[in-house]
Amino acid sequence: MGMMNANEERQKANRRLGLKMLWLVAASALFAVSLVPLYDVFCTVTGLNGKTENSAAQEFQSAVDEQRWVKVEFTSNVMPGLSWNFHPKQNSVMVRPGQIETVLFEAKNMTNEVVAGQAVPSVSPSSATTHVKKIECFCFVRQELQPGESKVMPLRFYVSPDLPQKVEVVTLSYAFFNAVKAVN
Amino acid sequence: MSYSATAHHDEHHDHPTGIMRWFTTTNHKDIGTMYLIFSLIMFMVGGFMILAVRAELFQPGMQLMQPEFYNQLIGVHALIMIFAALMPAATGFANWMLPLQLGAPDMALPRLNNWGFWLLPPAAILLTLPFALALIGIGDGAIATGWTFYAPLSTQGGIGVDFAIFAVHILGISSVMGSINVIVTIFNMRAPGMTLMKMPIFAWGWLITAFLLIATIPVLAGAVTMLLTDRHFGTHFFSAAGGGDPILFQHLFWFFGHPEVYIVLLPVWGFMPQILQTFSRKPMYGYKAQVYSLWAIGVLSLVVWAHHFFTVGMPIPALVYFMFSTMAISLPLAVLFFCWIATIWRGSMTFETPMLFAIGWIILFGIGGLTGLVLADVAADAQYHHTYFVVAHFHYTLFAGGIMGIMAGVYYWLPKMTGHMYSETLGKWHFWLTAISFNLTFIPQFFLGLAGMPRRIPDYALQFADFNAVSTVAAFVLGLAQLIFIYNVVQCARGGKKATDRVWEGAEGLEWTLPSPPPYHSFTVQPVIK
Repeated sequence: MGMMNANEERQKANRRLGLKMLWLVAASALFAVSLVPLYDVFCTVTGLNGKTENSAAQEFQSAVDEQRWVKVEFTSNVMPGLSWNFHPKQNSVMVRPGQIETVLFEAKNMTNEVVAGQAVPSVSPSSATTHVKKIECFCFVRQELQPGESKVMPLRFYVSPDLPQKVEVVTLSYAFFNAVKAVN
Repeated sequence: MSYSATAHHDEHHDHPTGIMRWFTTTNHKDIGTMYLIFSLIMFMVGGFMILAVRAELFQPGMQLMQPEFYNQLIGVHALIMIFAALMPAATGFANWMLPLQLGAPDMALPRLNNWGFWLLPPAAILLTLPFALALIGIGDGAIATGWTFYAPLSTQGGIGVDFAIFAVHILGISSVMGSINVIVTIFNMRAPGMTLMKMPIFAWGWLITAFLLIATIPVLAGAVTMLLTDRHFGTHFFSAAGGGDPILFQHLFWFFGHPEVYIVLLPVWGFMPQILQTFSRKPMYGYKAQVYSLWAIGVLSLVVWAHHFFTVGMPIPALVYFMFSTMAISLPLAVLFFCWIATIWRGSMTFETPMLFAIGWIILFGIGGLTGLVLADVAADAQYHHTYFVVAHFHYTLFAGGIMGIMAGVYYWLPKMTGHMYSETLGKWHFWLTAISFNLTFIPQFFLGLAGMPRRIPDYALQFADFNAVSTVAAFVLGLAQLIFIYNVVQCARGGKKATDRVWEGAEGLEWTLPSPPPYHSFTVQPVIK
């Protein structure tokens, strides 16, 4: 009889420990879900994934660094599913850190339908990501083009003077996605 | 370790017979047997798939199949071999041997154990069903993204991706159940007097595997669930156009995927020293050092994941961190290697089949580890990434380190499990054919990778033709050699020379104190460890 009780005791203890392990599983699941916002915060703070702020920076007031030139290069991509032509009007500009610059990009809808596209920016090297400040960008909102319509779109930006000294060339890349397909 | 003799009482429980015995069983030996048989079947299925791939790669150009089907074969091959062959084999050993080695009457949570196994066959069906559905015109076949599910490829794939996602969910639930069972068994069911630092090292290996599974499987489940919602419910976790990031998927996947390597290998590192000491007839060297090294590797494996995608575009400090942390794993692993070698050093060695596999395993797994160090080097990795060098490397770790290790365990414990001796002659043929053809299959792939042949591509440039032909012929020999293994195992289960209780002259541990085969219920009165 004492044997029986010992067995039941042990079964209870096993169930208790098993249920405690479920808390560990739940903690791991919570960790998995929280990785998504953590990744976003991490990337925004460090700029490691090259994604610039998707909203307008404050107009810059302090002095322009006249001692330094930074070359800013532009590249463009159109992702599958979007039949647009899209390219920068200039391949690169030389800027003084702190000096506001305006460059132009051109997109043309090659289809006979109304199409909305969304441009997604990426900066290389990633140590420059947080120092590229945009005042106005076609990437802030979706762009809608009528059939065959061509549109010249401005980008107003400056490179922050606290850009690390060793960075001499900054590449700003835009990939245009089909925004309708992306949402559906 | 010494222990008192124990009484067994048996055959006083009624249990269902015939097929229902297997559906309803909560007996750790029955469930362990089912895991091992399932693993063997899926090993043959996955092997058959990759032989079709090797046949296609025998010559340059496309001969046998469409590229799309080729992509499906390599991805499902990997998923089956990892989730349905290696992991169930390790769980099968845990079920069979943990209670016997710990002196416990059964696993701690027998019903959970039954569920854990019976989730596996439906998952295997889910993985492979899309092949059959495509034949009758439904969908476009199985998952064709490779086993890594990388977005955005996987967000665009056909129904095969959805099937694979659900299969991974089910396999994950099964693994977590198995892990909880192992942890509770180890903590609560050890024989009186068996402290943690006295328990067999196989239990340590499995304990760490179980914790790693609980830490990482939910992350994988989360990642594939996000993939599912991206595909069907309009979320944008991995879609750059919607504000997501495809690179996030790689981080989530490999946060699971790297520890997964150790999840598969730690149980093998657990029982291998037991085999080595048995056939060297001297005690295992450095038990404590091995326990601490297993823990060090388990913990380190959680913080090195990004070395799987060095080339994705990471800043230098991140590259340097992941390079050095990855290389740091080789330190505790080197401790393990030295302990294994020191265990057999100057021992009275004999070379029965389990020992042959164990020695071959040390050498070949060593090659897998060293080539891993090459890949961990950021500068070198830029050249070797996504080439056949990687394929050869991880087959040295997962086939030699995993499958051949499991085979050593099968030969070691088969007489205990069946009560009969297997054929030593066939076992030796199996070992030598496997070891030689394995090397002939994968050494050419190292050279192909160094020469720049990309992996996962069904066609290749002419200069790679000779090495590929050698690799394909050897792969077929390797596949056929496994038929010897199956024949040997089946014959051993059906009959043969009676095995003694201890089976091997130098065997140590509680499982060898029981008859071969052990009674259906064993250790109902627990032995006392002094």
